[in-house]
Amino acid sequence: MVIFDECKKAIVRGDIEKAEELANQSLADKLNLNTVVDAFSDAIRHVGNLFDEGEYFLPELMRSAEAMKAAMAILTPHLSSSEVETRSLGTVVIGTIEGDIHDIGKTLVAAMLTAEGFEVHDLGADVPVTTFIEKALEVNAQLICISALLTTTMVGQKKLINQLVKQNIRDRFKVLLGGAPVSKNWVAEIGADGTAENAISAVKLAKELMEH
Amino acid sequence: MKPAIRPTIKILEKELKKKVVNEAMEILAEIGFFAENKEAIALLQKNGLEVDSKSKRAKIPIDVTKKALKSVPSSITLFDRDGNQAAILEGDNICFDPGSAALRVLDTESNEIREAYTKDFVEFTKVVEQLEHIHAQSTAIICSDVPEEVSDMYRLLICLLFSKKPVITGTFKKESFAKMKDMLVTIRGSEKKLREKPLAIFDACPSPPLKWSDLTCQSIIDAAKYGIPSEFISMPMTGANAPVTILGAIVQHAAETLAGVVITQLVSPSAPVIWGGSPAVFDMRKGTTPMGSIDTMMLDIGYTEIGKYLNIPTHAYLGMSDAKILDMQAGFETGMGALLAGIKGVNMISGAGMIDFETTQSIQKVVIDNEICGMTYKFIEGITQRDEPIAKDLLNLFDEKTTHLLAHDHTLKWFRKEQYIPSTIVDRGTKEEWITNGRKSIGDRAKERAEKLIKKYPGLSLENDVIKELASNFKFADFDIKKITDI
Repeated sequence: MVIFDECKKAIVRGDIEKAEELANQSLADKLNLNTVVDAFSDAIRHVGNLFDEGEYFLPELMRSAEAMKAAMAILTPHLSSSEVETRSLGTVVIGTIEGDIHDIGKTLVAAMLTAEGFEVHDLGADVPVTTFIEKALEVNAQLICISALLTTTMVGQKKLINQLVKQNIRDRFKVLLGGAPVSKNWVAEIGADGTAENAISAVKLAKELMEH
Repeated sequence: MKPAIRPTIKILEKELKKKVVNEAMEILAEIGFFAENKEAIALLQKNGLEVDSKSKRAKIPIDVTKKALKSVPSSITLFDRDGNQAAILEGDNICFDPGSAALRVLDTESNEIREAYTKDFVEFTKVVEQLEHIHAQSTAIICSDVPEEVSDMYRLLICLLFSKKPVITGTFKKESFAKMKDMLVTIRGSEKKLREKPLAIFDACPSPPLKWSDLTCQSIIDAAKYGIPSEFISMPMTGANAPVTILGAIVQHAAETLAGVVITQLVSPSAPVIWGGSPAVFDMRKGTTPMGSIDTMMLDIGYTEIGKYLNIPTHAYLGMSDAKILDMQAGFETGMGALLAGIKGVNMISGAGMIDFETTQSIQKVVIDNEICGMTYKFIEGITQRDEPIAKDLLNLFDEKTTHLLAHDHTLKWFRKEQYIPSTIVDRGTKEEWITNGRKSIGDRAKERAEKLIKKYPGLSLENDVIKELASNFKFADFDIKKITDI
């Protein structure tokens, strides 16, 4: 159908208004919503490929992710809970650790995860360890992504792991670390589950972890 | 003999500079900035400024900014540990210091980037102490073998122990300022003497967009109280937390920096500050902040012109690279940035030794960059007319017997002044010589020079009781001053 092509185009072009309009139109026309969501999802994967190939840059990638998010916000309430569940790749709680206001890397990862189909709860920056854990428990998250850009705040990542262990809930979550000073050694040292070198790899890693 | 003109470069026309400053002042008056510090908020309110207690947004009327600009000193003189004049930051003078606060170092044996330890920073400081063209130290390396809580002041300890050069430093937490100030007072003898002869500059980085955090507010307030120079490091990232246009980022940089100027001048009119920064274009493929990008260099030169327009000493992070090894990228990015900064007359140019987006220091690279700094100094001397006529009399000497000027008085008189003579790390030999000497790269030669300098280091020159007093600020479990001084 023509509308599915238009859905794809809207996402690839990062046209937020058009994406919303098409989502509303498919509700009004009582289209098969699964097919509509598939069209949107195909488009965002295509955008990911364009980025990988160097055709697209971050502003275009982010804009497409926002268009995708806007369309899904309209469609999701009309999907059955089982449909939402089968479609969701997982639930993620993400934020930048307390004392650190560096936001951009974290925001990129959150946008990419959302676009790929994760349910993402972005807590923002300067987030205390307790807030991460409370939210993760509340939304029954599988993944906690915690970012730190300063060596002085990186220690917060360790605190999170220690607190999870202390509360005896370490096994309930996979913990991913982000931020320039984070290395594979640090991940191993504090017993986290992984880190990735950029937003695209972070999504790949999140998907891999969900499969296990 | 006619003096040379100083080579120069211009990137903004005067009208545009005026416009940038006006818009920055409007931004502070209409949008305001975020002051996340109790003392700063109280200070602003005491001076009649409007501060929203919930959002901590403070608005600065244009006349307040203008008044602050009137009291800012246009010159800062730095003195070394012995009290001798080391650098005058004013006009188009330049001074180089190593890029600061690296988390990691490039290992000279493995060529891998790894965590940094006390030994790395001590050796780095010893080398920089002996480099001819780098006239200030910076607390360049964060040592991972000491507790986080003292890592900021520990860096200063090492600089003060092993170097006489003035230091560019900074705090990682509010409480550190008092102790770091005390360490400087230990060297100078009194707070008054420290005020008269600044030994260190404290960097303070506002958070883009338009935010002065609790830590950075406190640092500039405390520094202003003691007459210690603050270097404002505003770092908008174009297209991310700042407008994507270079000029837009220059306006944001000016607004953030002016907020710092106002805070410090309210604390103490004529408190010394430096119009510095570390902005970057945001790489739209990688989401990184390349310091070696030509766009970043343009942005730096642009905001420096604003600082000069306002007659405030300037600083920039220029002359560094985003490469991960000592390759051509490391060389060309550093060379371009340092030379541009030198020509522009950025008063304090930070970056030497640094690779990988301000995260990694390299002892080899700082030795290499020292040559770039030397060449930059040479370039800005310009071309002097030493003779009248300029060449005619010399050319008249050539005949059948006189076929060269190599041993001529004129050559002997001038060659050391007319030529920048590099250290042996710069390859100027023939290919055969290079092969005979083992086909070494500049990295190999820099490693050898660094090793020589470490061996040649004359030893500590501070009195034992001064060392003891400096050490008394450190109480963590396995701290032993002897373990440091023995390196």
